[in-house]
Amino acid sequence: MKPVQIEVKNLTMAYDDFIIQENLNFKIHQGDIFIVMGGNGCGKSTLLRHLLGLKSPMAGEVWYQTTNLWQMNEHDRHKIMRRNGVMYQSGALWSSLTLAENIALPLQEYTDLSHDEIKGLAYLKLALVGLVGFEEYYPAEISGGMQKRAGLARALALDPDILFFDEPSAGLDPVSAKLLDDLILSIQASLGTTIVVVTHDLPSLFAIGTDAIFLDSSSRTLIAQGAPKDLLKECNNPVVQQFLNRGESPINGIINA
Amino acid sequence: MKPCTVEFLADKNLIIVAGDWVMGNVTPNFMSVRHSLAAPLSGELNIQADALKSWDSRFVLFVYELQTYCQEKGITFNLSGLPASAQGLLKQVSAFPVRESGNKQIPPKSFAASIGVKTQALVHQSTDVFNFVGEVCLSLSRFVRGKASFRQQDLWLMIQDCGPNALGIVTLISVLVGLILAFVGAMQLKIFGAQIYVANLVGLGMVREMGAMMTAIIMAGRTGASYASQLGSMQVNEEIDALKTLGISPIDFLVLPRLIALVLMLPLLCIYADFLGILGGLLVSVTLLDISVMEYVVQTKSALQLGDFATGLIKSSVFGVLVAISGCMSGMRSGRSSSSVGDAATSAVVAGIVSIVIADASLTVIYQIIGL
Repeated sequence: MKPVQIEVKNLTMAYDDFIIQENLNFKIHQGDIFIVMGGNGCGKSTLLRHLLGLKSPMAGEVWYQTTNLWQMNEHDRHKIMRRNGVMYQSGALWSSLTLAENIALPLQEYTDLSHDEIKGLAYLKLALVGLVGFEEYYPAEISGGMQKRAGLARALALDPDILFFDEPSAGLDPVSAKLLDDLILSIQASLGTTIVVVTHDLPSLFAIGTDAIFLDSSSRTLIAQGAPKDLLKECNNPVVQQFLNRGESPINGIINA
Repeated sequence: MKPCTVEFLADKNLIIVAGDWVMGNVTPNFMSVRHSLAAPLSGELNIQADALKSWDSRFVLFVYELQTYCQEKGITFNLSGLPASAQGLLKQVSAFPVRESGNKQIPPKSFAASIGVKTQALVHQSTDVFNFVGEVCLSLSRFVRGKASFRQQDLWLMIQDCGPNALGIVTLISVLVGLILAFVGAMQLKIFGAQIYVANLVGLGMVREMGAMMTAIIMAGRTGASYASQLGSMQVNEEIDALKTLGISPIDFLVLPRLIALVLMLPLLCIYADFLGILGGLLVSVTLLDISVMEYVVQTKSALQLGDFATGLIKSSVFGVLVAISGCMSGMRSGRSSSSVGDAATSAVVAGIVSIVIADASLTVIYQIIGL
């Protein structure tokens, strides 16, 4: 069994009194591509914010290997957060910086590398996502798909242990979405990074997911867990089946993933 | 941590890398290795990484630079000695074609050329101002004919925002301005034993000048900036495009209620500021100059005529138009990135205050000429 990277114990998420999800228990193993799925408004992105340490849980715990994220002091928590790379839904590139500067910023802040080394690394990360030649462009000057890839390059800047993706394929055409999936797979294969993806894009989650949880908005908890392909075949829960079959009655073999 | 080493065996066409190529360790720079490669290399280069303990992106960068160098020199570079994962990354890097045309190059400009560019920009900006003012006038004429469509609710919200909600800051500033005027005046007038004329000074100063001017400057910083950033972020979110596609004029729908609200509210705030400024003067006179409240009030009444209030009110209406136009125009012309929204807010405040002061000076001269 692969070692556990993140463990969530009895997590309850809420905004003030409004409970979004209760009693979540799951483990994310090293090297997995872990999918968080569920319908709109079920708390996928909120869960991501809890895992990232951006929002503290109402109840329950988030463990990174052997440390409890919310029981350590802020300094240690920031150290752990720095080992995470995040690609936000719309890229979240800093609009006043060029692409190269966007990637260089975390390197300048957290490493003592020389100017030339940082420049070289920024070039390498952009090359990794196919954006060589766009170093001096500002985010507003490139297309949405490119912004997402540049967001990925920035997430990779500090060689993270865990990569988080918030809806990576949202707003991308099928071909670009496929390219991004391939990119995620090849980065996972070569770096062995643990990857957590929040998505409801079916082709993408079947193509890349090795483990998944399904959050249900009506029962407000986790109702299925396992590899997406296995869930499609084996899960008996009607809500999960409906989701994985795009609302149509389940017919085995629609998606030959 | 083992130190990072690079060893080049020219006779075997082999490069051997070893050690911990990770953050916190000094890794060799490709440039420093390059000259030792230069002469003897030909045909093929192999890499051996058996003693490589751990590595991160800097190792990949090193090998990538080596690979690029080999390509330039026409040497076959054999990656197979590297860890499989590093090979995968390098393949990924080379998977995308290099986009040569992408490199942006900004040619250096001569002094004359930069003057030209600035002038063109200035001409463009001024025509833009006239265009915008023209659009607003057309929209106003539609409004007068009852054809402009905006939500009444919006208008009331704007009125609340730039009227009642601004009372606090206007109160504070105008009382203090009244105090300051009275202080400065009292020091001078005391020399002649004419302290009572502090009431004239404060009254006329507030009513004709400072009331309108200070409220307008407060509103430029408060409301003008907020208009610019509201409209600017609507521009970023394509909300303005959404209005246009529905056939709704964004000027009618967004600019008009803001303009009307400010033009209605600024004179009211101005009157309010006038009285509070006079109150500030009264506080100083009563406490420091031994003038009774009655004396001060009577003196103020005799100093001020209704015409004086009219001059202040006309000014503040004009300032209202200026603040609204500069705020809305900066917002509507804002770019589509978050930094341009900030620029829009800045230019709204700067343009607002500059135009207020210029208009104030011109109006004062005009009043002199026509004897108001």
